[in-house]
Amino acid sequence: MIPPMSERPIKILIAKPGLDGHDRGAKVLARGLRDEGFEVVYTGLRQTPEMIATAALQEDVDVVGLSILSGAHMTLLPKVTRLLRERGLDDVLVTAGGIIPDDDIPALEEAGVAAVFGPGTTIAEVAAYIRSHVRPPEG
Amino acid sequence: MNPAGSRADELADAAVAGDRRALARLLTAVENRTPTAEAALRRLYPSTGRAHLVGITGAPGAGKSTLVAALIAEVRAVGRAVAVVAVDPSSPITGGALLGDRVRMQAYASDDGVFIRSMASRGHAGGLAATSTSAAIVLDAAGFDLVLLETVGTGQSEVEVAAAADTTVVLEAPEMGDEVQAIKAGLLEVADIVVVNKGDRPGAQRTAAQLRAMLTSTVSPRVAAADGAFAPGDERAGSGERPRPKRPEVLITTASTGEGVPALLAALDRHRSAGREGLADGARLARAEAQVWAIVSERLRDRFHGAAAGNVTASTLLAVAEHRLDPYTAADQLLASLTGGRAPD
Repeated sequence: MIPPMSERPIKILIAKPGLDGHDRGAKVLARGLRDEGFEVVYTGLRQTPEMIATAALQEDVDVVGLSILSGAHMTLLPKVTRLLRERGLDDVLVTAGGIIPDDDIPALEEAGVAAVFGPGTTIAEVAAYIRSHVRPPEG
Repeated sequence: MNPAGSRADELADAAVAGDRRALARLLTAVENRTPTAEAALRRLYPSTGRAHLVGITGAPGAGKSTLVAALIAEVRAVGRAVAVVAVDPSSPITGGALLGDRVRMQAYASDDGVFIRSMASRGHAGGLAATSTSAAIVLDAAGFDLVLLETVGTGQSEVEVAAAADTTVVLEAPEMGDEVQAIKAGLLEVADIVVVNKGDRPGAQRTAAQLRAMLTSTVSPRVAAADGAFAPGDERAGSGERPRPKRPEVLITTASTGEGVPALLAALDRHRSAGREGLADGARLARAEAQVWAIVSERLRDRFHGAAAGNVTASTLLAVAEHRLDPYTAADQLLASLTGGRAPD
């Protein structure tokens, strides 16, 4: 059956940049967003900004969700947003989660990260944010 | 020209010219079955048929994604461009999906000769998404020499990939079943190449030997003649009215180390050359048939649910649900209503 245009699933890339090995949060989020009806591409641990940008481009995702706990977010996240822009993916919604101090958030927003979800954010909150901020699909 | 048409020309031409962003967007349009995608596929189809389409299928956990990653490495070593369409299941409840096949294929981020696309099955049973074949056509048009179609983890009867691909590879893991499993009808029957993966595990050699014994020995003409199928000694036994079973090569790989993968690539090339010599005409026709009938049935359904016929269709379906009408009469009535004729009595 062909879903009506309004019901086409939103596609999300969940990626873990950096070298920390803690992917439980990213996996829980990927699974939770799946249950919210999204198509979630999960790419695993230790992704370089280059890998993330290539995956986002090839998969033509609507959203890139970055999970980072290593403390390197001020270096890695702006690099991801810059690579996305360079490849013409400026309409992709970029969000971040993990351990990110409040003081760093304005600079990340300046760099193109649309939202930062801290510990304690529910899956439903993330899903609601994504649904209300993703551009409508084109014909 | 209509907007979908000119947008389609633009996307299709850019994708063919090597614009990866345009290619990705076109694949999204294909997945969403938009008018743009249809127009682009009409434009691209005549120039396709050059890529080698290889289906990779097998049970969940047999190592399909790992093998695809190993094949990418091997193919890139000889400089051929390779694309992957990796399908994972959609939830029948929420429509969501977790597409995890890229995890093992992420090493090629800066290699323009590799393009990987995940697809959710979106309610389509059979091992692929309904639009996987169209996606492969687009990747063929974009110039990839090899297009790997990785199915969802399959059971025994998801054989659709065999119609979509030029060469079908069925993956088995060691100790997955006894000899009786190997002679059951279904997935193993459509294999052009059977790969026993995880070759470093105990039992891999034995599993391969069992599969070889059961799959590559066909019933001898003398035995088959007993049921009157053909004359004893007839070399063309079974090639007439009865389709002849395939006799797949059985190989062993350890995808995680790359062991056995060069031999698999060589086997793929051999199967393809054999296909070019005409042995695969049946396969090409089967693919054309599957594609065209899928579109016909989709269009019929659209017409029955469209503005003009929607109410009649809904009330007919309700009548069947309530057992007031049998499904055969319902189908005849609906078909007759399309042409304005009457249902046969």
